[in-house]
Amino acid sequence: MALPEVKQTATEARLANLVMPDAGCTRAAREDALARVLEMGLPGRRDEYWKYTRPDTLVAPEAPRAALFDPDEAMLFADLDRLKIVFVDGVFSPEESDDLTLEGVTIDRIEDICFKDIHWAKELYGVLEARGQSPVQRPLAALNTAFAADGIAIHVSGKPSKPISFIYRHASETSDAMLHHIIRVESGAEVTILENGPAASRFNKCMEIDIADGGVLHHVRAQGRDHERRAATHMFTRLGQESVYKSFTLTVNGVLTRNEQVVELTGDDAVAHVAGACVGDGDFHHDDTVFITHDAVNCESRQVFKKVLRNGATGVFQGKILVKEGAQKTDGYQISQSLLLDDDSQFLAKPELEIYADDVACSHGSTSGAIDETALFYLRSRGIPTKEATNMLTLAFLAEAVDEIEDDALSKAIVDRLEGWLSRHS
Amino acid sequence: MLEIKNLHVKLEEEEKQILKGVDLTVEAGKVHAIMGPNGSGKSTLSYVLSGRDGYEVTDGSATLGGEDLLEMEPEERAAAGVFLAFQYPVEIPGVGNMTFLRTAVNAQRKARGEDELSAADFLKEVRAKAKSLKIDADMLKRPVNVGFSGGEKKRNEILQMAMLEPKMCILDETDSGLDVDAMKLVAEGVNALRDEGRGFLVITHYQRLLDHIKPDVVHIMADGKIVKTGGPDLALEVENNGYADILAEVN
Ligand SMILES: Nc1ncnc2c1ncn2[C@@H]1O[C@H](COP(=O)(O)OP(=O)(O)OP(=O)(O)O)[C@@H](O)[C@H]1O
Ligand SMILES: [Mg+2]
Repeated sequence: MALPEVKQTATEARLANLVMPDAGCTRAAREDALARVLEMGLPGRRDEYWKYTRPDTLVAPEAPRAALFDPDEAMLFADLDRLKIVFVDGVFSPEESDDLTLEGVTIDRIEDICFKDIHWAKELYGVLEARGQSPVQRPLAALNTAFAADGIAIHVSGKPSKPISFIYRHASETSDAMLHHIIRVESGAEVTILENGPAASRFNKCMEIDIADGGVLHHVRAQGRDHERRAATHMFTRLGQESVYKSFTLTVNGVLTRNEQVVELTGDDAVAHVAGACVGDGDFHHDDTVFITHDAVNCESRQVFKKVLRNGATGVFQGKILVKEGAQKTDGYQISQSLLLDDDSQFLAKPELEIYADDVACSHGSTSGAIDETALFYLRSRGIPTKEATNMLTLAFLAEAVDEIEDDALSKAIVDRLEGWLSRHS
Repeated sequence: MLEIKNLHVKLEEEEKQILKGVDLTVEAGKVHAIMGPNGSGKSTLSYVLSGRDGYEVTDGSATLGGEDLLEMEPEERAAAGVFLAFQYPVEIPGVGNMTFLRTAVNAQRKARGEDELSAADFLKEVRAKAKSLKIDADMLKRPVNVGFSGGEKKRNEILQMAMLEPKMCILDETDSGLDVDAMKLVAEGVNALRDEGRGFLVITHYQRLLDHIKPDVVHIMADGKIVKTGGPDLALEVENNGYADILAEVN
């Protein structure tokens, strides 16, 4: 079917600016992905899935300029023992990265996997992304599979002693970066993946995660700092039997962020939690789009998203739980809430449930509201100044999402970051 | 210490006059009790003194140690020494009781130009005071008042008062919802704070509390005014005969 002309033109204009990396063994996957992009076209304003977020600047041939921000605070997770993998404007930096050897994992650059005999990587690159194109199209992810210039492949076979930490530095005001990571967690293995940094002026990131039976993956990410940055990220996760996936994202600043999480529970008794906290000010626009498919028995999924919006900021939540036929005993929970600190800010939510099994417990709730005046007065009557009291209540509001982080040191790092942001922005 | 003169208060949103000329002076070192029928304006008086939104002072004044309370923000009043133990303490999910207490204590110290209390000193003090009010470690860790029983909430109010050491303590029906033993604990908490420099305004419906916290002066409030003032015997009279006789007498 022919694409609408506007979409066709926009897609061609974007593709004209891109060169497919000459990446040997991922070449076939990239060609397939390009075919998907050509068939779907890149997102346009009229697409239902982009109703609340304008894709124009994410699709445009050039990345809009984004000033670099030079904060005086240390980078997140700075004092945490971790294996650092650094990218500067989307390009792997061996100098700034640690040695990539760590017991229990094998880490390679995507461009190197062809020289090694690692079947799992060839069987994963672009595969979950392709699966994730139905029932909803995600063309920016296919674009990423086709054109990502760099990325990392992580094979987890044991329980590494420290987290693997992606650090995304932003160095040029016009950088336009695409990264594609793949992670395979073997049966019984367990790993923590961290991500932080502004990455680029425009960042398109795709991560495919395949967790075998009994595997565990924790993911904690912070997107922040540079105010004018834009990002479209996709995480595609497939879970085997009794496996666990827990992901938390903190977003502060950023003029436009769209985070998609596409999770497929394919083995019985698997657990997937995705959570996010964001604080936005002014022309901040943040979109969490989540799609969780239950395709096995007795699985649990949780979505916990909290947004604090002020001075005209916009928050979007599109979250869906799809329970397939036969996925009995599904336990699905979804909550999305926003705290609007003024009348100019807005929260747009579209929670959805689609259920084809009869023995399931699914709930969803979405609210948005102002600060609780009674609680605020109570705090102030004890001598806590308005600003500090408001910040306490704001943090309290975000707590349910932050509490999804299991590791105390990581959750403390996130809370510190939030406290810092709140004290600077109030 | 606390001087309220001819205080007139209406609701901000409605043309409803609630306080219609309250005159009341609480001297340092004294305990004053206020009794009065439901809806007479006792809680409103306590809210207006602590600075809650929604009320408009149309006439009169309220000062603490000569300072105009009505001009101050709630947090400034707190730092100046006003404390209100709420009739209905507020639940605040997500804010730990300890964090709340420490933030409050240090905010007030900061406002008064004093050094913040160290974490260790604070802990020591809060543990000792909590213990005497039979507030266990678990309650200190939980979010403020969330899941507390009615009596636990009231004891938590007294703990805050003990930690903040205010000059002017206003207790709004702190006895309601307390069992006999808890009432004694609360009264002991209050009595421990009684000293030369501190005033108390105790709002209650029952003589029971006043058996434990002996008032110096008792006021009867009705329809937005103090209609009668007397000694401790006045509370006994209310307990025995209700308000009918007193109200008939003043009308
Ligand atoms: N925000 C408000 N909106 C409407 N009416 C109010 C408000 N605040 C107080 N009132 C009214 O003002 C009057 C006095 O209320 P207040 O709570 O001060 O009484 P009280 O003496 O404390 O009563 P109680 O003994 O029942 O606690 C009541 O008629 C009450 O309904
Ligand atoms: Mg009352």
